[in-house]
Amino acid sequence: MNRIYFDNAATTALDKEVLDAMLPYMTTNFGNPSSIYSYGRESRLAIETARKTVARLLNAHPGEIFFTSGGTESNNTAILSAIRDLGCKHIITSAIEHHAVLHTVEHYGCGEEVTSHFVKLLPDGHVNLADLEFQLSSHKERCLVTLMHANNEIGNILDIDAVGTLCKKHNAIFHSDCVQTVGHYPLDLRKTPVHFISAAGHKFHGPKGIGILYVNDNIKVKPFIFGGGQERNMRAGTENLYGIVGFAKALELAMKNYEKDSKYIQSLKTYMIEKLKNNIKGVQFNGDQEGKCLYTVLSVAFPKTERSEMILFNLDINHICVSGGSACSSGADQDSHVIRAINNNPNLVTVRFSFSKYNTRQEVEAVVAKLQELI
Amino acid sequence: MLKFPIYLDHNATTPCDPRVVEAMIPYFTNNFGNAASRNHPFGWQAEEAVDNAREKVATLIGADPKEIIFTSGATEADNLAIKGVFEMYASKGNHIITCNIEHKAVLDTCKHIEKEGGEVTYLKVKDNGLIDLAELEAAIKPTTILIALMYANNEIGTIMPMKEISAIARKKGILVFSDATQAVGKVPVDVNKDGIDLMAFTAHKMYGPKGVGALYVRRKNPRVKVTAQIDGGGHERGMRSGTLNVPGIVGFGKACEICREEMEAETARVSKLRDKLENALLRIEESYLNGDKEHRLPHVTNISFKYVEGEGLMMGFNKEIAVSSGSACTSASLEPSYVLKALGLGDDLAHSSLRFGLGRFTTEDQIDYTIEQVTTTVNKLREMSPLWEMYKEGIDMNNIEWAHH
Repeated sequence: MNRIYFDNAATTALDKEVLDAMLPYMTTNFGNPSSIYSYGRESRLAIETARKTVARLLNAHPGEIFFTSGGTESNNTAILSAIRDLGCKHIITSAIEHHAVLHTVEHYGCGEEVTSHFVKLLPDGHVNLADLEFQLSSHKERCLVTLMHANNEIGNILDIDAVGTLCKKHNAIFHSDCVQTVGHYPLDLRKTPVHFISAAGHKFHGPKGIGILYVNDNIKVKPFIFGGGQERNMRAGTENLYGIVGFAKALELAMKNYEKDSKYIQSLKTYMIEKLKNNIKGVQFNGDQEGKCLYTVLSVAFPKTERSEMILFNLDINHICVSGGSACSSGADQDSHVIRAINNNPNLVTVRFSFSKYNTRQEVEAVVAKLQELI
Repeated sequence: MLKFPIYLDHNATTPCDPRVVEAMIPYFTNNFGNAASRNHPFGWQAEEAVDNAREKVATLIGADPKEIIFTSGATEADNLAIKGVFEMYASKGNHIITCNIEHKAVLDTCKHIEKEGGEVTYLKVKDNGLIDLAELEAAIKPTTILIALMYANNEIGTIMPMKEISAIARKKGILVFSDATQAVGKVPVDVNKDGIDLMAFTAHKMYGPKGVGALYVRRKNPRVKVTAQIDGGGHERGMRSGTLNVPGIVGFGKACEICREEMEAETARVSKLRDKLENALLRIEESYLNGDKEHRLPHVTNISFKYVEGEGLMMGFNKEIAVSSGSACTSASLEPSYVLKALGLGDDLAHSSLRFGLGRFTTEDQIDYTIEQVTTTVNKLREMSPLWEMYKEGIDMNNIEWAHH
């Protein structure tokens, strides 16, 4: 039996076209981009072309795009820079951020010099903007606001413009973890009041091991990793050439097919919601599933029974790949910090279904049919 | 029939071995899972592939798989080792000993440590590129927590006496970190025999992919710990968070396996070619080998051609032959190599040097062609050089007072 992969928020399959774009840069055009002969110059050209493509697609300047090893490194870099280079003394974040943000905030923001605080959440998991404003106005020293654009477990989408505007008003630095939205939504960074965003290639059919950090032109920061002049002295280390080429290609394809793909994936999600409502008694949804939510993520809460408690296990046995929470913490299935923060109901079991362009209606039907049987 | 350009810069980077690419491809499109996904086989397959690769990487350096932390490359591993030890062992001391021909990834990180309140001693190397062990011993203080010395130098290929270095460190209970980026896969490196506690290396210098490297962190005798520099999902046993670059790691593993299996034969083959090249080029008048001839990597030679500008020399044949005048990471700058200057070379010799880095796909035909091209170009440039003419006339250049305009 073919496996059904409904865990695209954890990672996605590389697009074949992306692989084809990358392969020449592994064996033939392999030069170190810092080398000055033809092999090196060709690599440099490929990287700068990729940077321009990424900048164009996000409507940023090429000088604002820095390639990193992934979303986690980007998040760490942004938070450290805001504290070390931009004078932020207080961090405002939320309890439902990815661990790459939460643990970094814990690392830097629990000392005497830098403090941190969670913003309040509304019952549907959205950030309480009134509380954010209250917190911003109650700190005299400069704040860093780090809030994810879309949550990886429940899919809630932040009003990034509203948050950015509030931050601007209070002279705060704003970082947004956009790992779940870059490549899935058109972003216009020139019009978005944000200082840093993070993204990762492998969430939109690009390669693993490559990400970007966008740093707004108006701020100046120092490197996080030292030891070479790469990325205009901002990120040392021989560039991941094929990864950079792959990132740009994946983003290009994602944006080119955005209308078609997003509509299609949303239709799968809507279909699954409908099917679940009609076929599974007592089913609920976490977060703002039918409101401001990713079209790729569907977080479902099933009433807890002896059978539903084993649901992840049983879905796996039936070749259906889903997750309880995020991959990064999925060792502890039922104990997602996100679900705990928004809906601490011990009588529910959460399963995250997340979709991609490679999924089909037949797969949705098969999964719901299996769920009916298993619950 | 020769194909141009001939690539002789394998210390900068290497092409992926086709066997490496072949091993990676299934992990891009089919087995693409997140190695941290615990609930389904896509995740397990990815995790298994990573474990498998980890074992191959560990085997190459005589380590236990649990001692390998995957990173995005050697630079990140260098940063993690130095900053991580500095933070973790802060209560023991704040002094680090390194040397003045380390790679920038180590030197710049040490500069950063100095800004953070650390103290760093930069040992000077002797004119053969090796450190003086007595000087190392004398530099040790009660506050010394780390000795950071590269296994092999990236510009001249000299190999440091790691066993002797670690013996001194062991005696005083100091940790040894080595940037072994140029050595691993090229010469036998064994963290236990060499007494190394932390070691950085990378895939793209050994026919693996760019964007993946590793830090070896000793778990026994002594158990070494580093403070994580990238926080998040707690991957790599909490020492390095971030979704694992599964295809990259698989490629790294395969590259290590091939290097281990073929090292002996490849060393014999490539060192013979290197010697042929070197002997021929040293036959050119006023050409000098840089760095120790005995203790060095089998595939690299660094030669200065006096009275010739290295950049001009490269310009002469760089459409046909890709070589470098030093490290790639600093090759865009026109400054002479700090490594060569550290050996005591004057600007004239440092400026006239070329690094030839041979590799797995280098052939004898390519070497023959290179010998011919370099020799012709050196001679041609010297014919046009007034300095060469003066030298030939027996004028001692050091005694000339140059007029300023």
